[in-house]
Amino acid sequence: MFDKILPYLLAGVSVGGQYALIAVGYTMVYGILRLINFAHGDIFTAAGFFMVYLVAAMPLAVSVPLVIILTVALGFTVERVAYKPLRSAPRMSIMISAIGASYLLQNLMWYVTGGLAKQYPVLPWLSDTVSLGAASTKVVTLVTPVLTVALVIGLVMLIKRTKIGMAMRAVSRDFETSQLMGIKINSVISMTFIIGSALAAVGSMLYFTNYSTVTPTVGAMPGLKAFVAAVFGGIGSIPGAVIGAFIIGICENLIKGAGYTAFSDAFTFALLIAILLFKPNGLFGEKLSEKV
Amino acid sequence: MKKQSVAKPIVSALVVALIFVLAWLAEKTNGSSSMLVTVLKKGAVYALIAVSMNLLNGFTGLFSLGQAGFMLVGAYTYAIFTIPLAKRVAVYQYYAGGCVGVELNFVVALILAGVVAALFAALIGFPVLRLKSDYLAIATLGFAEIIRAIVQWDSLGPVTNGSNLLKTYPTFNSIMPKDMSVLFPFIVAGVCIALILLLINSTYGRAFKAIRDDEIAAEAMGVNLFHHKQMAFVISSFFAGVGGALLAMYQGSLQANAFKSSMTYEILLIVVIGGMGSVSGSVIASFLFIACSEWWLRFLDNTTFIGDFQIPLLGSGFRMVVFSVVIMVVVLFFRRGLMGDRELWELRCAPRRANKGVKA
Repeated sequence: MFDKILPYLLAGVSVGGQYALIAVGYTMVYGILRLINFAHGDIFTAAGFFMVYLVAAMPLAVSVPLVIILTVALGFTVERVAYKPLRSAPRMSIMISAIGASYLLQNLMWYVTGGLAKQYPVLPWLSDTVSLGAASTKVVTLVTPVLTVALVIGLVMLIKRTKIGMAMRAVSRDFETSQLMGIKINSVISMTFIIGSALAAVGSMLYFTNYSTVTPTVGAMPGLKAFVAAVFGGIGSIPGAVIGAFIIGICENLIKGAGYTAFSDAFTFALLIAILLFKPNGLFGEKLSEKV
Repeated sequence: MKKQSVAKPIVSALVVALIFVLAWLAEKTNGSSSMLVTVLKKGAVYALIAVSMNLLNGFTGLFSLGQAGFMLVGAYTYAIFTIPLAKRVAVYQYYAGGCVGVELNFVVALILAGVVAALFAALIGFPVLRLKSDYLAIATLGFAEIIRAIVQWDSLGPVTNGSNLLKTYPTFNSIMPKDMSVLFPFIVAGVCIALILLLINSTYGRAFKAIRDDEIAAEAMGVNLFHHKQMAFVISSFFAGVGGALLAMYQGSLQANAFKSSMTYEILLIVVIGGMGSVSGSVIASFLFIACSEWWLRFLDNTTFIGDFQIPLLGSGFRMVVFSVVIMVVVLFFRRGLMGDRELWELRCAPRRANKGVKA
């Protein structure tokens, strides 16, 4: 029995870790701007394409950091171009702008790649196969949860202990007051996008090592699921997003294992609706009256 | 309110008649498969869908992203009930001819498509309409995805044909006389949009707008919030279902995979380009959107040479990039869209009435 479940459990933990890295980006942006960054999933995809093209041109040791830098630059640009001009606009406008940005990024990637699925480069060591009892899996499956937890602990430290982290917490608590206290909110918001994009870049390396092909729209689904994870854990809460992501990843793969592959996506959204109805603040969310 | 003049309905009737004649002439002179007629057909279908979304997002202020899901329900309902019985064995080849042994007239099926979509909306609306803004958006988006998953579920194959194509149901070309196919989407979309306009100008419509502008004030004025939201949601979904069925007729074959969230986004962008809260804006934007994406910007997709010089950047997919950049410019800098919240026929009288434009 356990032997049968184990591969799915492993895959679930791995996917969960990858969702977690995306979800952190959502939850941080939402915590500060109250905006669902619809383009986040596409930034994640773009990171995959950066890797595909860079690895073809230069050694891995150079391309990995470069991928992260480029992804960060992209996230930063999206915020400056699509969200900053609308800072004082109604929330609906910013959300539409986010959807527009996502549409633009997808079309741009389609144009650059010719719409063909690209083979993701094989990363040494991460793509190796290891056997674990009855199950055999890629190293990345085992590395993901460890790396995710390490990165998230680092991030929580950053937010709890550093000055920029304190600024982030202040801005997410009260936009206007923190501005009055001399916090440069634009740089704080940019920093949020930078951190979120960097984590998405790492997440994309892990994710695509598992799935091996990149297409322009591949990021939409993991993006939405990561958002669900963020809501599930309580939006604005980083540990909540991570735990939510792991739960979703594991459940999804167990459902696949039970033979209901078609419903693995549906489950995620059913979970979202259930959590919104019964515990709208999520598992660890702060109290917000405007949700319901 | 303004005084009703006798001339107004006559003028509008004449304008509508003129549009129909022009559409018919376009098909007569260019043929059914010409680009112009294709754009007209698809534009009319999208106009209906965009107006139905505008009713919800622009007039009632409910940011719903479930449109593709309701279109899917409508399209499938229509196709399932209109595939000729004789052809079912071929279409449902993996499911022994399917289990639905009924074949309906296409008009009945079209209405049924709307009704089934509305039923789904009524069920879904009950839990999700309690949510607000982005949570509502995500929940409706989620529902659309769930519907898509369920339709493709193998166990429902005898009804929905799983993830295989549905085809051989009546299309625009097969139900209309030769060279008249464009009139069908125009008539159906026209009637539906007229109904939506009547609704918007009724007391219900004013209640919807009150909810959009200020929920608490509307409630204080005695508008039953949940009741009206539910009503807007169900009606919008009804027309989205009919629109989905029309889209199925336009395409000639149907697969659930096409009804992704990106389809909802496209329709939302049409609504935004036309102006949130303007029916005529949505209609104009639909035709513009379809014409640009299917036709006018096609040249951007072809590598072109002037002499020996290849024009840079042009190539497959460039059209959509230019297109989405234009959309982003509209979203960022012309937030009111083409029409703002005014209608085409309001433009002539008084540049801006004082009681408008108060809304932020």
